[in-house]
Amino acid sequence: MNPVATPIFFYGLSIAAIVFATAVITRKNAVHAALSLIGTLISLAGLYLMLYAPFVAAVQIVLYAGGIMVLFLFVIMLVNLDQNIREIQFNKQWLVGLIAALALGGLALFVIQQGKSIFPLDQVAALPEGMNTQMVGVMLYGPYMLPFEIASLLLLVAIVGAVVMAKKRI
Amino acid sequence: MAEITTLHYLVVAAALLIIGTIGVLTRRNVVIILMSIELILNAVNLNLVAFSRLYGLHGQIFSIFVITDAAAEAAVGLGIIIAFFRNKETINVDEADLLKW
Repeated sequence: MNPVATPIFFYGLSIAAIVFATAVITRKNAVHAALSLIGTLISLAGLYLMLYAPFVAAVQIVLYAGGIMVLFLFVIMLVNLDQNIREIQFNKQWLVGLIAALALGGLALFVIQQGKSIFPLDQVAALPEGMNTQMVGVMLYGPYMLPFEIASLLLLVAIVGAVVMAKKRI
Repeated sequence: MAEITTLHYLVVAAALLIIGTIGVLTRRNVVIILMSIELILNAVNLNLVAFSRLYGLHGQIFSIFVITDAAAEAAVGLGIIIAFFRNKETINVDEADLLKW
C-alpha cells in the first residue's frame, strides 16, 4: 500500500514537534513545560510511524509519554516551585549559551550538507518488508542478546540509585 | 509536492537537538534542564530511526536502548533533584554551590 499525503503529515508533525520543544524551554511554569514535552514526544511518535517503525512509536508513547513524563510530573509536584516561577528563569551566561548552541546548529547543518555525498540521503527508501515488531523481537533476542541483558542490569542499578538518592535515611 | 527523504528528518532532528542544547545551557530550573536532555535524546532517536529506514533495523534497536537509558537517567536525575531540594530549598542550578568556597 502506498503512503498517502506524506508531506502534509511530515510537515505538520515536525512543526508541532519543534513548536512544542520551543515551548518546553521557554515556559515559566514547569508543568506547562512537561505538558509541551509530551506534545513533542507524541509528534515524534507520529514521525516514527511515518518511518515504518511502529514498535518504536508504541514504545515512545507507552514508555516516554506514559512513564517518564509521569515521573517528571511527580517530581514537579514534590518540589515546591511556587517561588521559582517569580524568579529569573535564565542564567547569566544565556547569551554565550545561545551563541554556542547556534554554532553547534550551523555545524550540524554543514555536516548534513557534506554527508549528502556519502549517504543516499535524498533518495526515497524502499518500503520495508516483513513484520516490524516481529523482526525487532528476533533481533533483540538474537544478535543483541548481551546488550539487552546489560540494559536490564542498567535499569536495576538506576532503581537502586534513585532509591538511595531520594531516601532521607537508608 | 516533493517526496520526504531522510534529509528532512535529519534537519528536524538537528533543530530539536539545538533547542535542547539551548535549554540545557540557558535555563536555571533543574527540572527543565532534565527535560531539555530528554529533547536531545529524542533528537538522537529520530536520527537513528531515520537511518534505520535506509540501513536495516539496527537503528531501531539502538533507539530502544536509548529510551532505556533515558528512563534510567530520568530516575536517577530526579532522585538527585529531590535530594538537592531537601538540602538547599531551591532547584536553581546556579545556587548549587556546595562544592565551591
